[in-house]
Amino acid sequence: MSVLTADLPVSRSLPGWAGTAALLAVAYVAVPIFGTSYLFEAILLPFLALSLAGLGLNILTGYAGQVSLGSAAFMAVGAFAAFNFNLRVESLPLIASIALAGFAAAAIGLVFGLPSLRLKGFYLAVSTLAAQFFVQWALTKFSWFSNDSASGVIDAPPLSIAGVAFEGPVGRYLFSLTVVTVLTFLAYRLVISQTGRNFIAVRDNETAARIIGVPVLKTKLLAFAISSFIIGVAGVLWAFAYLRTVEPAGFNLDRSFQILFIVIIGGLASIRGAFFGAALIVVFPLVLSRLGSFLLGDIFDSGVLDMSQRIVLGTLIILFLILEPDGLVALWDRVRKRIGTGLRRS
Amino acid sequence: MTIFSKFKIAALAAGIAFTVALPAAQADEQYFPLQSYRVGPYAAGGTGFFGGFIDYLNLINTRDGGVNGVKLTWSEAETQYEVERGVEAYERLKSNPNVAAWNPLSVGIAYAMIDRITADKVPLITINHGRTDSTDGRVFPYVFPLLLNPYSETSGIVNYIAGKEGGLENLKGKKIVVLYHGSPYGKETIPIYELLAQKYGFELQQIEVPHPGNEQQSQWLTIRRAKPDYVVLRGWGVMNPVALKTAAKTGFPVDHIIGNVWSNSEEDAIPAGEAAKGYTAITTQASGAEYPVVKEIVKTLYDAGKGNLEDKNRIGSVYHNLGIVNGILNVEAIRIAQEKFGKRTLTGDEVRWGFEHLQLDPARVEALGAKGLFHSINVTWDNHEGNGYVTFQQWDGKKWNVVSDWIAPDWALLRPIIEKSSEAYAAEKGIKLRTAEDAETATN
Repeated sequence: MSVLTADLPVSRSLPGWAGTAALLAVAYVAVPIFGTSYLFEAILLPFLALSLAGLGLNILTGYAGQVSLGSAAFMAVGAFAAFNFNLRVESLPLIASIALAGFAAAAIGLVFGLPSLRLKGFYLAVSTLAAQFFVQWALTKFSWFSNDSASGVIDAPPLSIAGVAFEGPVGRYLFSLTVVTVLTFLAYRLVISQTGRNFIAVRDNETAARIIGVPVLKTKLLAFAISSFIIGVAGVLWAFAYLRTVEPAGFNLDRSFQILFIVIIGGLASIRGAFFGAALIVVFPLVLSRLGSFLLGDIFDSGVLDMSQRIVLGTLIILFLILEPDGLVALWDRVRKRIGTGLRRS
Repeated sequence: MTIFSKFKIAALAAGIAFTVALPAAQADEQYFPLQSYRVGPYAAGGTGFFGGFIDYLNLINTRDGGVNGVKLTWSEAETQYEVERGVEAYERLKSNPNVAAWNPLSVGIAYAMIDRITADKVPLITINHGRTDSTDGRVFPYVFPLLLNPYSETSGIVNYIAGKEGGLENLKGKKIVVLYHGSPYGKETIPIYELLAQKYGFELQQIEVPHPGNEQQSQWLTIRRAKPDYVVLRGWGVMNPVALKTAAKTGFPVDHIIGNVWSNSEEDAIPAGEAAKGYTAITTQASGAEYPVVKEIVKTLYDAGKGNLEDKNRIGSVYHNLGIVNGILNVEAIRIAQEKFGKRTLTGDEVRWGFEHLQLDPARVEALGAKGLFHSINVTWDNHEGNGYVTFQQWDGKKWNVVSDWIAPDWALLRPIIEKSSEAYAAEKGIKLRTAEDAETATN
C-alpha cells in the first residue's frame, strides 16, 4: 500500500471544484435528459450502489488498512434494516429509515470489527467472513426480518421524501445520485480531517501511530463503524432503488469479493477509485457480453459465450494489475498528466 | 499507453455494442425474450427448460409457419440464475419490439420483475413456481404461476400420500417429515404443511437442510429417530441426490420418500445411483419421449440437426418436457388472444388477455399432441394458476414411470389463504382490486 496521501486535487489552471461541479451538472442534467431506461436500470443504478459500497470499504481497507470480506453482509443489514424501520415504525420518513439502517449496519460493523483489535491481515479477513455467513444465516433463519413473507423475499417501498416521489428509472437514479453525492462529500471531508490522518497512520504503522498519540483501538473501531454505515446505505440503494426487491441470497460472498475487487482495481485509499472500480466491474462485463453476443451470438449459445467472457475478463484484470498495480486512479492521473504536458508543449 | 489504447478500443466497442440497431419491427412477428441460464449451478434445469421451450417455438415456426402466420422469434440473455443479471437481461431484451411474455424460470428474478412488467403491461409466466399469492389475478394482473403454485404442490403431495394410505381420513396419526432446502424457496410451504397437518391430524416435523445441502448426516439421523411414515423432499440441486444417498445409508426406505416439483428430474435421481431406485416425485408433466408432440420435435428438429439440446439423451427429460409444456401454454395463449384481437402481432396486454382465457381441456391437449404429457389448464381472470393437475413418477434406476392418476390439489381449501396474502399485499402497495370488467379490455 504505497499510496500515502488522500487524493487531493492535482494543481491545474482551474480550481479543484470545477471538475466536480461539471461532473455533477452532467449527472444531474444531461444524463436524465438523454439517458435510456437501459442506461439507468442496468448500468447507472448498480454502478451508484456499488460505488458507494466500494467507497465504504475503501475507508476501511484503503485508508485504515483493515481487510474485510463482510461488505455484502453489511449491505444486507442496511437493506433489511431499512425495510423493517420503514415497515414497523409508522410515519417515519424514508430518509430517516435509511439513516437508521446505516446506523444499524454501523452497529453490526462495530461488533464484527472487534476482532481487528487483536487480528491483522488475513486473520482479520477470515474473521470478517464470519459476518458474511452469520448475517446471511440470521436473515434466512428468522423470518421476522422479511416480515414473515412466505418466500423470504421483500418488496421495496415507494421512494418518496417530503412528499416528492422518486418514481421510474430517472427518479430512482436521481435519488441514488443525491445520496451518493452527499455521502461522497462527507467521506471526502472525513479523509482530509484529523480522523482521516489517524486512519492512515494506523494503516502505515500501528506502533508508530500509538507512539505519536493516535488512539489505535478507537480509530480502528471508528473505521469499521463509518465504513459499515456507508456500505449499509449502499445496501439500501441496491435493494430499494436498483432491484426493488431483496433476498438474503443476493448478498452472498461473491458480492463481498466484488466490492473488494472494486476497491483494489479502482485504487486503494482514493475516493475516486471506488467509482472507477465500480464502473469497470459493472460496465465491462456488460460490454463483453453485448459484444460477444453481437459478434458470435449466431455461432455459440449463450452459455459458451458467458464462459469465455469470464476468461477474457479474468485475463484483463490480471494484465491490468500487473501493469498498473495502483489501480485505475493512478492510470487516470498519468493519462491526464500526459495530456496536460502535451497541451503545454504545443 | 498500451493499456490505454486497449481501453479506447473497449470503449469504442462498447459504443458499437450499445448502439447496434435492433431488428426493425415487423408486422407479423411475436417475440419471446429469454432470460436463460446455461452456466452456473442450475445449468441442468436451465438448458433443459429453455431447450424445450425453444424447441417448441421452433416446431411451431417450422411445421405451421408460426401461429396463424405470425412468426415466433426469440433471443437469449444469460442470467446464471442471478437476480441482477436477470434485471440487466430484462432491460436489454425489453427494447425488442412485439414482446409476448417473459419466462425467467427463477423466483428471484420474477420478484424483481413484478413492478416492471406491470408498468410495461406484459405477462410474466412463472410455471410451477413463483409467488403463491400471484395466483390472485385481482391483485397481480400480469403474473401467471401457471399449472402449479407451491401451495397446490403441497396439497397435491398430501393428497397422494392420503391415496396411498386409503383416504384422507387415514392420515390421522401418521407421521410426515418435510426435509426442506434452507432458502426462501424451501421455506415457502412451511405454513401450509402446518395447516394441512392440523386439518388432517397427521404428525408433522419440518427439518431444514442448509444450502447447498451436501451434508445431511445429522438430519437423517433425526429422521431415523423420528421414524416417520413418509419423508417429503423439498430440495434443489445437489441436495436431492445427497438426501437419497444418505437415506439409503441410514436405512430409510426410498419408496417412502416423495420429491417435490424441483426434486423430480433425471439430474436429481441419476447421481444417487442405486439409492434412487424406487424414489417417487410429483410432476405436472410426465417425462418420456413417447408423446406425439415430443416425437414431432424429434422428427422435425433433431433429425434435421436443428434441436436445441446438445445431448439428445435429454430429449423427453423432466426439464425438457416442462419447457415444451411451457411452450404450448405460451403459444396457445397467443392463439386464443388472436381469436379475439385478430391474427396479427399482439401487444403484451392482449397476450395477457389470452393467458386469462387459457382454457385447454383434455381434448384440446390431446389435439395438441400432449395427451398424457400434462392434464389440462383452466386459467381465468382471477385464477392465474389455472388448476393444473399433478401426477407422480417413480424412478426405476434408468427412467421415470408414472405411478398415479392425475391428482387434483385441494384448490378450494387453498384459495382463501392465497386471497388473504394477496389482499395484504394490495393494501400494502395501495393496489385497487381488479374486476372482471377491467380484465376484459386490453390496451393495444
